[in-house]
Amino acid sequence: MHPDLYRQMLRARAYEVAVADLWRRGLISGEMHLGTGEEAVAAGVVTHLRDGDGLALAHRCSPPLVVRGVPLVRMLRELLGKPDGLGHGRAGHMHLFSREHLAGSSGVVGASLPMGAGLALAASRLRPRRIAVAFTGDGALNQGMALETLNLAVAWNLPLLVVCIDNRWAIATRSADVSGGEPGERAAAFGWQTARVDGRDVLAVHAAAQTLIGRLRKGRKPAFLLATCPRLDGHFLGDPMLRMARQPLTDGRELLGEVAGAATRKGGDLLRRVGGVLRMTRLLVQARAGAERDGRGDPLQQARDAMARDPEVRDRIEHEVHDEIASALEAALIDTPGGVDA
Amino acid sequence: MPECTFGRAIDLAIEHAMARDATIVLIGEDVPMLRAPLVARFGTGRVLAAPISEAAFLGAAAGAAMGGLRPVVELYMVDFIGVGLDAVLNHMAKLDTFSGGGWRCPVLIRAPSGGGYGDGGQHGQSLWGMLAAIPGLTVVVPSTPADAYGLTATALGHDGPVVLFESKLLSAEWLEFLGRGARDSVTFDVPPAGARGAVEPGATVPLGQAAVRRQGGDLTIAAVAVGVHRALEAADRLAAKGIECEVIDLRSLRPLDRRTVVESVRRTSRLLVADEDYVAYGLAGELAAVALEAGLTPRYARVCLEDTLPYARHLEAAALPNVERIIAAALRLTD
Ligand SMILES: Cc1ncc(C[n+]2csc(CCOP(=O)(O)OP(=O)(O)O)c2C)c(N)n1
Repeated sequence: MHPDLYRQMLRARAYEVAVADLWRRGLISGEMHLGTGEEAVAAGVVTHLRDGDGLALAHRCSPPLVVRGVPLVRMLRELLGKPDGLGHGRAGHMHLFSREHLAGSSGVVGASLPMGAGLALAASRLRPRRIAVAFTGDGALNQGMALETLNLAVAWNLPLLVVCIDNRWAIATRSADVSGGEPGERAAAFGWQTARVDGRDVLAVHAAAQTLIGRLRKGRKPAFLLATCPRLDGHFLGDPMLRMARQPLTDGRELLGEVAGAATRKGGDLLRRVGGVLRMTRLLVQARAGAERDGRGDPLQQARDAMARDPEVRDRIEHEVHDEIASALEAALIDTPGGVDA
Repeated sequence: MPECTFGRAIDLAIEHAMARDATIVLIGEDVPMLRAPLVARFGTGRVLAAPISEAAFLGAAAGAAMGGLRPVVELYMVDFIGVGLDAVLNHMAKLDTFSGGGWRCPVLIRAPSGGGYGDGGQHGQSLWGMLAAIPGLTVVVPSTPADAYGLTATALGHDGPVVLFESKLLSAEWLEFLGRGARDSVTFDVPPAGARGAVEPGATVPLGQAAVRRQGGDLTIAAVAVGVHRALEAADRLAAKGIECEVIDLRSLRPLDRRTVVESVRRTSRLLVADEDYVAYGLAGELAAVALEAGLTPRYARVCLEDTLPYARHLEAAALPNVERIIAAALRLTD
């Protein structure tokens, strides 16, 4: 286990844990999508980036930005809507940009692929051996602009790595229920070099990304990395499906009541009605199973276990990261009533 | 008359229409979960889960309407119509003309819209001006549960494409889902009369008919959606200063009830537009043109969104057409 990979994963997690707390305190508004569960992918890929490489992100953008070294205080200040945030408080958590890091994000699902293609085009014209990386979800690969980019990047032979984080979900829909073919197979059909990894295994991700990015820097065709991941905190903080799945009798009562009421009214074909209700129940069960932090499924826990051989280094990293996040948080909350302790 | 929330009023109108008309199908991302009661009642054949493919499913809705279905398409937010705009702009809206008349495209697009809960500039736009500019489209923007029900019901009997705007700030379900997330630590400035109210099953609201929500002779304020409620609150406070406002809820933007606007402005000689949509090239300018074309030259002001909607809650509140901004503009017009 390379200690820096563990450090980066821990930073990404600790950052999100801090964000969740700010969100609960009502200091962050809107839909807050955490990247908990994606730390190994962020660390395994983004640690290969150099100055001049571009980074195109979606709505779950914090882990790659944290690993890329974007100043945490400016990120947090943006989430808090402050004038010295990355976007002067006018952008928000789905729209984090850092020109210095050539990093941008978007809340429009699918948009990171064409953005990445454009950054890759600019790199190929202006910055030899520089590349772009686009992170995307699995659901986004049904978006027209994403599928078009699978073709465009090959047609222009762009130095683009697409990292598809496959958590199997798109909000409350299982991607498999609305998708034909596998993401990696789609990319391969367009002529991409592709690889598939367990996105919980940071060493596997790191090695796969190293190979693909190394080839991209030598001018080889675009690369597609599929990494499977858990979605530890639902689609966004406060995700009602997760709450319903965990506490059907309290948080699910209203919806279940409405469904039961509707089911007894005159309507369509009985089999399809029953099928629909069963499907909903199955989704709830899956949502609950996917979000259990049983240790085995948590990439951070896996990395921590791998550090067990070097407990001193591990403890030092944990201390340092704890201090780093605590002081970033304190700085970010400097003008918030109650500060860190409220 | 049963009371219900704004969002539920739309759900009900869709459910009632689906029970009557077997050609209605519902299409959208996550609809099996978001509209689970409709799945339980009508089955998966009529409630179709869509992949995140707005261009394809809006385009398919146009084709399905050509083939005899009546699709209701839910967008997560109107902001995302950008991804599938071609289907709306170049296909749904043009079929009637291109077919020589008679081949209509009955699609209802349900489009949650607007800000007020701090979701930023890609998730809080209104965009009705842009869409209402397109010949061949019908655009409706309710401000109360009764109108939400009635306009949805009308749209589902209309034989052309309709965009129905659902203000997320009025829609308790969206606000909970996107804004509150079961927290008690956040608050929203929700106009109560827009969020909850009586709904009459079976009632319809005609297209192109504005509602005068308050009468007054000094100043006409025209608005839609949340703007109507802000205008009414401003009018209450202005009345205390002796200024009587007439508040017109346009309800439908295409067709637009020009007559109600013109008649009011003829009496008041002052027109103020309170619009959550962008200020330029949109509803506010359109209403100025309506007055000018009728030979009127009212004193005129517009309180709209001037810039990309900011994320920070306090900046967002200041950027939206709030009560204070409306009052300030009204005072300038009446000084
Ligand atoms: C064009 C567009 N359509 C719909 C949405 C609403 N939306 C936000 S996130 C999301 C799901 C994305 O799923 P995926 O790409 O798998 O990423 P994940 O959230 O699982 O990380 C959807 C449908 C959106 N933001 N943009």
